[in-house]
Amino acid sequence: MAILRFENLSIFNGTTALVRDLSLSLVRGETLGLVGESGSGKSLSALAALQLLPEGFAQSGSLRYRGQELSQADDRIMNRLRGRHISMIFQEPMSALNPIKSIGDQILETLHWHFKLTKKEGRARALKLLARVGLTPTAEYMGRFAHQLSGGQRQRVVIALAIACKPRVLIADEPTTALDVTVQAQILALLKEIVKRERMALLFISHDLAVIAQMADRVAVMKDGEIVEQGPTLQLFDTMQHAYSKQLLAASKHMPPKRTKPLVIGDTPLLQLHKLQRSYALPKQKFWQQAPQKIAVNQVSLRIAAQQSVGLVGESGCGKSTLARTVLGLETPQAGRISFLQQDPFSLRGQRRRQLQRGIQAVFQDPYGSFNPRHTVGRTVAEPLYLLAGQINGAERRRRVLEALTSVGLPETAAQHYPHEFSGGQRQRIAIARALVTQPQLIVADEPVSALDVSVRAQILDLLADLRDRLGVAFLFISHDLSVVRAITDYVCVMNAGRIVEEGPTQDVFSAPRHPYTRLLLSAVPDLEETLAARRKVGH
Amino acid sequence: MLQFALWRIAGLWWTLFAASLVIFIVIEVLPGDPAQVMLGMSGDAQSLGALREQLGLNAPVAQRYLTWATGMLHGDFGVSYTYSVPVADLLRERLTVSLPLAAIALALATVLGLPLGVLAARFRGRLSEAGLMAGLQVGVALPNFWLALLLIYVFSISLRWLPAGGFAGWEKGLWAGLSSLLLPAVALALPQAAILARIMRSALLDVMHEDYIRTARAKGLSRQATLWRHGVRNAMIPVLTVLGLQFSFLIAGAVIIESVFYLPGLGRLVFQAISQRDLITVKSTVMLLVTATVLVAFFVDLAYAAIDPRLRKAPR
Repeated sequence: MAILRFENLSIFNGTTALVRDLSLSLVRGETLGLVGESGSGKSLSALAALQLLPEGFAQSGSLRYRGQELSQADDRIMNRLRGRHISMIFQEPMSALNPIKSIGDQILETLHWHFKLTKKEGRARALKLLARVGLTPTAEYMGRFAHQLSGGQRQRVVIALAIACKPRVLIADEPTTALDVTVQAQILALLKEIVKRERMALLFISHDLAVIAQMADRVAVMKDGEIVEQGPTLQLFDTMQHAYSKQLLAASKHMPPKRTKPLVIGDTPLLQLHKLQRSYALPKQKFWQQAPQKIAVNQVSLRIAAQQSVGLVGESGCGKSTLARTVLGLETPQAGRISFLQQDPFSLRGQRRRQLQRGIQAVFQDPYGSFNPRHTVGRTVAEPLYLLAGQINGAERRRRVLEALTSVGLPETAAQHYPHEFSGGQRQRIAIARALVTQPQLIVADEPVSALDVSVRAQILDLLADLRDRLGVAFLFISHDLSVVRAITDYVCVMNAGRIVEEGPTQDVFSAPRHPYTRLLLSAVPDLEETLAARRKVGH
Repeated sequence: MLQFALWRIAGLWWTLFAASLVIFIVIEVLPGDPAQVMLGMSGDAQSLGALREQLGLNAPVAQRYLTWATGMLHGDFGVSYTYSVPVADLLRERLTVSLPLAAIALALATVLGLPLGVLAARFRGRLSEAGLMAGLQVGVALPNFWLALLLIYVFSISLRWLPAGGFAGWEKGLWAGLSSLLLPAVALALPQAAILARIMRSALLDVMHEDYIRTARAKGLSRQATLWRHGVRNAMIPVLTVLGLQFSFLIAGAVIIESVFYLPGLGRLVFQAISQRDLITVKSTVMLLVTATVLVAFFVDLAYAAIDPRLRKAPR
C-alpha cells in the first residue's frame, strides 16, 4: 500500500497552475526520483507533501499519507506529521540552518518538539544522530554553528535534523546540488544507506539524470508542472517514450563539436603565470597575534597559448577563483610573475594597462547577479568599451555592441531591453556578448554553465565551441563540473588546495589520470552510462 | 567574545581621540577668534584681551588641546563662561535628568514597540494588521511636542495625576523625580515605539522568508513557535541598530520636550550654551555626547555579537 500518494494534485499561484494533475505514489522502502528542469514544479510538489506551500498558493486534488487526507488537514495535524512522519532535506544547507543557533540546539529542538524526553535522553539521542550521519559525536561539536562547518558537514546536519524522529517518508530536494562532487558522492551514499536501513520512502528530487539513475528505484520526469513519463528506472532510461525525456537525456549527454581544424601552438604564450602566489589573512585567534594566512594560490605556473582552451578544475576553496581574479587583474599576486602578451599587467598604469586589459574579458557563473538590473542590455554589453575610450566613436561602439549580440545568437533588438526580460540562457549569452565586445584574445569563464539547466547548458557549450572556432578566442575555463571541462577544453589543470596537482592534454588526463586526487575526482562524478550498465547487470 | 570586546575597546579610544581633535579644530583652530565670537559685536579690545587670557587662547595650539583633553580625562571640563561654574558640575546636574529620561523613554519604546512589531508581522495580511499599521503610521507622524501638550492636558490638567512641568529633583525621593519625568518620557517614547515596531515588523517579515524558517516548519514547529524561536532573535539585529541610534538621540535630542516640560536637561543646556556662545560648554558637552554615542555603539556591537555567533571574531 502506498505510504504517500498524490492524486491529481494541482498547485496554483493565483489563476496560473504551476503543477497540474500530479499523480505519484511512494511505498515503504522505495526511492522515487523526480527529475526536471528549473520551473518544472518539482520543488513545489515537495513542499506540497509537507503542506508548506508559499503564502498565497492554492491546491486542488488529493494528497494522502497512509490513507489520511492531508490537503485539507489543519496546522495542528500537520505539525505532528512534519518532521515526525514526513521530513525534508533542502538544497542549500547553509541557509537551511539557523545561523545563530548551535547545530546541537537545532537537533535537540526537533527531538524535544516531537518526543517527551529528559534533557539527558535528548542529548544522548542527539549525539547518536551526529554519529549516525558521520559527524563527531561530542558536546563540543554540538555547540558549533553552521558557519563553522564545511558544506558537506552542514548537509549532514540537515540530514540529521530530517531523520531525527525516524520519519517514514523523506523528501530530498536537490540535496547535493550545492556540494562538490566528492562530497556529493559521500552524501548520496549516506542517504542511500539510511533509507535502506530504516526502510524509509524517499522522494528524491534532482535535475541531474545521472544522480537520479543512481538513487531512484522509479523515476518520474516532470516538465512545466506535469509528469510526462514515469516508470522503473532502468526501463524508463532504456525505453524512453516521451519526446521531452529524450531531449533531456540527449542534452545531458551533449558534447559540443570538436575543433574543426587542429590547434597549432606557437612558441610565445598568450598568457603565462610563473609561480604565482596569493594568500589571505584569516581571522585572528588572539588579538595581539599576527593574523594567520591561508594560502589560496600556491606557486602556480600556467601557460595558455593563443586560441587554446584551457580548463581549470577543482573543488570549492581550492583557489581556482582567486587564480581567475588574478588573471583578470582584480587581485594583485604577492609573489610570482604574470605576463599577458609578454607584458606584466600589474606593472602598467593608465592607458597602457587598459590597452592590455581589454585583451582579457570575463564570463561569470550567475549571469543575473553580474548585471546591473537598471541598465539596458545594450549599455551592459557596451560597458567594457571604456577600455577603448577615445579610440572609437559612438557609431563604432554601437556597431560593436550589435555585432557582439549577433555573434552570441541574440537579435539586435535585445540591446533596448532589460536583463529581467531574458531567460537564464539568454542572460548568459548577454554576459558572453559583453566579454566579446572588446574583441579579446582570452576569455576567463568562471563556472559559466553551472547555474543553467541541462538543455540550456548544451546550447551555451555549443556557442562557446563556436566562438572558439570562429573567432579564435582562447579560454581559461574554470569549473567544478568535469564533464563540461572535458567537452570543451584542449588542456586541463587539476587544482587542489592551492596547487596544480596534475596537468596535461584533456584527453590524456581524463583517460589516464595519474594523481590520486584526479582519480578521486573522476571516480566521484556520477556517470549515467556506468550506472545504467551496472543496473542492467543486476536486472533492475 | 572577550577578544572581540577588547578589540572594540581599543577602537573606542581611537574614535574618541579623533572626535576630540575634530571638535577642538572646529571650535578653536579654524579662522575666527573664539573670544571674539563669545563677546559678539559689543566686545571692546580690553575685555577681549582679558577673555583671551582667561580662555588660555594665547598658548600654542598643541598645548591648548592637551590641556583640554587631559583635563577631561580627570573630569575637568573647564569653567562655563556664562554660568561661571565648572562645566563638569553643569553636566553632572543635567545628566541626572537626561539619562533617566532617555532610559525610561527607551525602555517604554522597547516594551511597546517590539511586541507591536511582532504582532503586526504575525497578523500580516489580516485586517488587524492594517489597523495596527495605520496606528503606527500615525505614531511616526505625530510631532512629539503636540503629543506632550496632549498628555499635559489629560494627565496634569484634567486628571491631576502628574505634574505639568519642572523637575522636582531626586532628593525628595524616587517618586518625586520619576513623576516629573514620566510624561516627557511617554511623549518621547511613543513616536520611537512606532518606529521600532515598524522596523521589527519588516525585519521579522524578512527573516520569515529565510530558508531556515522553512526548515523549522518542516521539522514540525508551529507557526507561532517558529516565529518566536527562530524569527525574533534573528530579526533583532536591525532593531538593535535603531535602538542604539535612538538612545544617542534621546540623550541630547530631547530639547523640544525638555522645553515643553521645563526640564533642566542636557538638550536645553546645549541649546542655551549655543545661543549664548558659551563655547567652553558647547565643546565639552559635544564631547560628552560623542562619548555617549560611541559607548552606545560599543554596547550595540557587543549585543550583535551576543546574538550572532558569526560576529564574535576579532577583525582581521
